[in-house]
Amino acid sequence: MTTIYVPRDSAARSVGADDVAVAIAREAAVRGADVTLIRNGSRGLLWLEPLVEVVTESGRVGYGPVTESDVAGLFDAGFLAGSDHPLSVGIVEEIAWLKDQQRVTFSRVGIVDPLSLNDYEAHGGLVGLRRALEIGGDAVVEEVLASGLRGRGGAGFPAGIKWRTVRGAQSDQKYVCCNADEGDSGTFADRMLMEGDPFTLIEGMVIAGITTGATQGFIYSRSEYPDANDTMREALEIAYLNGLLGNGVLGSEHAFDLSLRVGAGAYICGEETAMLESLEGLRGMVRPKPPIPALEGLFGMPTLVNNVMTLASVPGILVDGSAAYQALGSERSRGTQVFQLAGNIAQGGIVEIPFGITLSELVNTYGGGTRSGRPVRAVQVGGPLGAYFPADKLDVSLDYEAMLAAGGMVGHGGVVVFDESVDMSLQARFAMEFCAKESCGKCTPCRIGAVRGVETIDKIREGVDRPGNLVLLNDLCDLMTDGSLCAMGGLTPMPVQSALRHFPEDFQR
Amino acid sequence: MTIMRDADYGTPASTSTELVTLTIDGNTVEVPAGTSIMRAAAEVGMSVPKLCATDSLAAFGSCRLCLVEVDGRRGTPASCTTPCEPGMVVHTQSPKIEKLRKGVMELYISDHPLDCLTCPANGDCELQDMAGVVGLRDVRYGYDGANHLDAPTDDSNPYFSFDESKCIACSRCVRACGEVQGTFALTIEGRGFASKVSPGGLDFMNSECVSCGACVQACPTSTLQEKTVIQLGTPTRKVETTCAYCGVGCSFTAEMRGDQVVRMTPSKKGGANEGHSCVKGRFAWGYASHDDRITSPMIREKITDEWRVVSWDEAIEYAANGLKAIQAKYGVNSIGGITSSRCTNEEVYVVQKMIRAAFGNNNVDTCARVCHSPTGYGLSTTFGTSAGTQDFKSIGKTDVIMVIGANPTEAHPVFGSRMKRRLRQGAHLIVVDPRRIDLVKSAHVEADYHLQLQPGTNVAIINALAHVIAVEGLYDQAFIDERCDTESFAEWLEFIKRPENGPEAMSIPTGVPADDIRAAARLFATETNGAIYYGLGVTEHSQGSTMVMGMANLAMLTGNIGREGVGINPLRGQNNVQGACDMGSFPHEFSGYRHVTDDTVRGQFEAMWGTKLQSQPGLRIPNMFDAALVGEFRGIYVQGEDIAQSDPNTRHVKAALGSMDLVIVQDLFLNETAAFAHVFLPGTSFLEKNGTFTNAERRINRVRPVMTSRTGKSEWEVTCALATAVGYPMHYDHSSQIMDEIAAMTPTFAGVSFAKLDAVGSLQWPCNAANPEGTPIMHKAAFVRGKGRFMETGVVPTDERSTRKFPLLLTTGRVLSQYNVGAQTRRTANIEWHGEDMLEIHEADAELRGITDGSWVELASRVGATTMRARISDRVPPGVVYTTFHFPLSGANVVTTDYSDWATNCPEYKVTAVEIRPTLTAGGLASAEDLGLKPHSTDYRANAIATLVRMANQIASNNESKGLAPAIIAVERHIGLFWSNGMKADLIEHAASGVGDLAPAVLGALGTLVVDSAMDDIEA
Repeated sequence: MTTIYVPRDSAARSVGADDVAVAIAREAAVRGADVTLIRNGSRGLLWLEPLVEVVTESGRVGYGPVTESDVAGLFDAGFLAGSDHPLSVGIVEEIAWLKDQQRVTFSRVGIVDPLSLNDYEAHGGLVGLRRALEIGGDAVVEEVLASGLRGRGGAGFPAGIKWRTVRGAQSDQKYVCCNADEGDSGTFADRMLMEGDPFTLIEGMVIAGITTGATQGFIYSRSEYPDANDTMREALEIAYLNGLLGNGVLGSEHAFDLSLRVGAGAYICGEETAMLESLEGLRGMVRPKPPIPALEGLFGMPTLVNNVMTLASVPGILVDGSAAYQALGSERSRGTQVFQLAGNIAQGGIVEIPFGITLSELVNTYGGGTRSGRPVRAVQVGGPLGAYFPADKLDVSLDYEAMLAAGGMVGHGGVVVFDESVDMSLQARFAMEFCAKESCGKCTPCRIGAVRGVETIDKIREGVDRPGNLVLLNDLCDLMTDGSLCAMGGLTPMPVQSALRHFPEDFQR
Repeated sequence: MTIMRDADYGTPASTSTELVTLTIDGNTVEVPAGTSIMRAAAEVGMSVPKLCATDSLAAFGSCRLCLVEVDGRRGTPASCTTPCEPGMVVHTQSPKIEKLRKGVMELYISDHPLDCLTCPANGDCELQDMAGVVGLRDVRYGYDGANHLDAPTDDSNPYFSFDESKCIACSRCVRACGEVQGTFALTIEGRGFASKVSPGGLDFMNSECVSCGACVQACPTSTLQEKTVIQLGTPTRKVETTCAYCGVGCSFTAEMRGDQVVRMTPSKKGGANEGHSCVKGRFAWGYASHDDRITSPMIREKITDEWRVVSWDEAIEYAANGLKAIQAKYGVNSIGGITSSRCTNEEVYVVQKMIRAAFGNNNVDTCARVCHSPTGYGLSTTFGTSAGTQDFKSIGKTDVIMVIGANPTEAHPVFGSRMKRRLRQGAHLIVVDPRRIDLVKSAHVEADYHLQLQPGTNVAIINALAHVIAVEGLYDQAFIDERCDTESFAEWLEFIKRPENGPEAMSIPTGVPADDIRAAARLFATETNGAIYYGLGVTEHSQGSTMVMGMANLAMLTGNIGREGVGINPLRGQNNVQGACDMGSFPHEFSGYRHVTDDTVRGQFEAMWGTKLQSQPGLRIPNMFDAALVGEFRGIYVQGEDIAQSDPNTRHVKAALGSMDLVIVQDLFLNETAAFAHVFLPGTSFLEKNGTFTNAERRINRVRPVMTSRTGKSEWEVTCALATAVGYPMHYDHSSQIMDEIAAMTPTFAGVSFAKLDAVGSLQWPCNAANPEGTPIMHKAAFVRGKGRFMETGVVPTDERSTRKFPLLLTTGRVLSQYNVGAQTRRTANIEWHGEDMLEIHEADAELRGITDGSWVELASRVGATTMRARISDRVPPGVVYTTFHFPLSGANVVTTDYSDWATNCPEYKVTAVEIRPTLTAGGLASAEDLGLKPHSTDYRANAIATLVRMANQIASNNESKGLAPAIIAVERHIGLFWSNGMKADLIEHAASGVGDLAPAVLGALGTLVVDSAMDDIEA
């Protein structure tokens, strides 16, 4: 019997993975081949999707990108035995692109059957939770603190401090909320983890629950992620059936309920306080802080809000110990970051690597330059509100502090590449337009400012009083940065001002 | 020049007792922990620019004008959302901050019409003010960008318009609708630049908006603007006064232009309302200048004659001569009067003084007779004071609220909002009501238990609740031992523990499941602070007084008296019910609830007034009617009350009025009663009065004249003139002198004067040497009567029950937009919400009778019938129907009966057996004959005596469990204290006739009753 993996990840499905899976099953049946087809997550080598893997004695041999019409040929070539074929990429684990990464959070994504709890445990799952139950909440908080883990949603707040605050808060009811409203353009790590290894997120949330004293958790996902939501729902059901959720987590005295909530398409609901409003059934409007959600969050109760990547990192930290995680990274940015390469890039996908890699390595070494083959002109890091870096400034180290110093941010780890055909004044305009479209409308700098930003950039592009309007645009950017209620309006100037700074010529055409 | 706005500290005051010290712009400031930087700065005069912040709403942080810098902190935090912390060093001004603020204003103005000079809010606009404060001189974006200048105006609400083009999306209106009013009718629709305020996607009139005005009050621009301001312009002066609608007693600022009211805005300093209002007080004041208003005195010989406008002198002389002639012919007790709960304490006081001193009898009663007289009786019997125990604020500390027979969100809306605020904070709620009122379930509010009892079974439910607490030992023994009369408690405990008072037994008459009664009782007993709020659904029953005592028992049993968060709280129907009662309007007592039989007290009044006073109680309103119908009562002075519409059994009332020789009506309008009047003395609206109202929390508020009297006289002057013309000279130079006399003669008012009220705003009585600043919460250390007294409250079912002929039970109430008989509200645009009384009927009952929603129905009881339209509703259970009594056309009181409370004669409005049938005839009153019903008995004396028999027997029945001797004493005591000589004599005569319908205890008591008729001979 041969085991074949065909990803169920929506990126793979978008390029025909389902058809390939059906074709393989049909072909196997026709040929009387004894195969077991497993729909795994994606390994994150997106240019190779659909990446079909065949289990052989020497390891999992990959073929990709496979189309439906390639299937018969693969059978003919004897791919069930791992034979050579033009689409063969060899032993997948040996692909340098993957081998050179240090996958901690993504350690099981693409490898396991996402909905097999046995497979999950066979690959080290639940070890972290069992250890958490054994060492107790204080010790878990210490571990998370010592690991140096910082919030992966973008703000980079030390996770352990947040955990300690919620654990210390006195309340009859506390909550853990996972922010899975991954709305940044060019980001997909949360989605891929939820589709490829949902139990890791569940385990991370259970650990968070029993540690902070929360007995109810919510995963706030988005309607644009139907596959991830289906997978999460199934995984939650399996987790309940197997005593991972509900009363007496893994036979302990702890209770933890977890359910999935799906947002209706507003980017702002990825902002933690707007997410809480939305979870309460209200309009997704940003709340002022203080009070911080850790003390007064969902329904006014102490609430731990962490991103998918943050929570999914915790089981691994508990398995290997905080020291091992802390050993990775640079400066005050410890552990790994799951970078997502996108845009005009030859080899897009997931690169999980310790902090400290340079942007150039990421774009040129991993990414292999642009997909168009034209020179890289600009790279935007950290989503639509992140800074643009010009081609000659890609040597910046990707860690929280260095990025800040360079006028940018790591954000959620999205990296979007543009070639020389890009008009950066249009990109600046896009930033304002995006803010205008996605602003919750609460604070003035964001609500009105973004609209005026688009109009002012249009005037600049049209050559109307350029000097005056450039001053005005900069004033507006300062106002939005310093005056906005949340990071949405506050960060919108980052791409605009980086474009102005690095590509002034695009505003003078 | 615009009028000065009240200081706005931007965010609500912190209630913390912990203080923090910080530095703001070099000033050291000490504030309670949790105070925002904005508020702290405002308190030291360093007010920070703001637009989205106002101190009635929680900080929101959206406008970003209030940014400040804090040493050691990154960025520029908003001062509204940042709490003060110890040692903070705050800078409210810096070049950076100034630039940011100017930038924010530049954005605002880039999307705002530049029509300041023609804008209704010109000079009264916070946006305009802030543009000035930040020094905005230029809008570099220009005005050609995207904007909302073409947004439509919603004029659907009759009182305010919503001009979306001027909206700055600060959400103050949306937040006020939720946080202050608790209706949640408004929302922000769309997002980003498309964000707009919306009444749920509809226009205001078709939305859930209740037109309370909170949004208009909160709006910093002219987006939500009073139409009167749009029409008339900006006010130029203001006068603080008190609303004349319900018993909440909201303080308002009358904003004036000359002698013309431009708008009424709720006053933040008002102790009762703290800046909130409802559709009536805020907007429905236009009746004061309605064309129907009569401003000249009028007289006529016969009620079929045309009215003749005469001078004040002629009218007074005519009235005085008439009164004197009646007394000369029929005796001193043949005339009397009714004081009004709508009038000021001073006006009421002089009317009762005129009756006692000038008419020479105690035939004075007040409209509280038909609403809260059982409250006075029940609470004074158990606690020693005829008033509620708490201030409104107290509810902020309540853990479980029990609402019985009250509908605060409709009838006491401003207090209803306060209650809902507490419920949203997590307090528990038990609703006891036959009808599913809004509080049972509405936005963010849901009752833990709705005990949906059958009308007329209040005492059954209160006994069952107490039974559970008694049997399960959930009562507060320590409180009872320390504060209550333990002997009465022991007797009561034995009584209440009997199985006949248990939830199983009581679930039969009430229809409420025993488990619900048990659970509600446990909830009420086990929460720390339990408070009872009630309305006329408690008092307007044949056992109204019993029920009030039952609630008092429950409060004492659970230790819920004497501190914040607890208590027994009557929600008073009219603005000055409390005051009218306090002022000595009842036939048996002088001001401050001192009995007329008390020689010491009476001696004081005789000395002060220089005349001899009667020592026996006079006639109550229903007794006056009964006496009129047999020709013994011939003349009446009716101050501001429309008894022909508001009192039960309209046919009976009209017959009584029609049989009198002289009916003097003092009112704003020719009301239903005026149809029977011979003298019409035009009254003044609250906008012309100078005096005081006392609200449901015993708060004495000033009523100040904002305009000159439209009649040329104050009402008290007219009363004094009449008293003088009758032969008893009465004179005051100013209404403050009347209050001075009240204070001199009334121990609970000893410390009250206009000067003191003007200085402190308001005072809650008792206000005297012991409590110079008044008494927000009563019975703190001890009950006024000493020890709280438990009273046995046996269930005596009303005689009014559903029969085959009248199978449904009618209960009545009030809607938000209308007020009582509607004399005022019907003369305002409030009719747009409620233009007619409708009959609420359950679908099952409607279907059975072929009645559809909106169709005309005949509503008939054994005493009368009327027609109105039906509204199919699941608010009422099958078997119960409901209507309001705001419109004379439908005249709901045509069907209510003259059954009444055994102790006080308060009518049993809330239970009438009726039948409903479809009709094709629209509107108007149908007569009983038209409907083929048995005509109302014209044997008036028999009717009057039947009432006396029923009342006397019930007193006996209440006490019969104690044995015959104590029951005789109780009956004798009650009749002696509260019945007039005529009533006593009638009952004695009836007993002598040997009909045999009197209880043994009544017969026993009559043997010992002394009818003191000596006083009848005093000359008026």
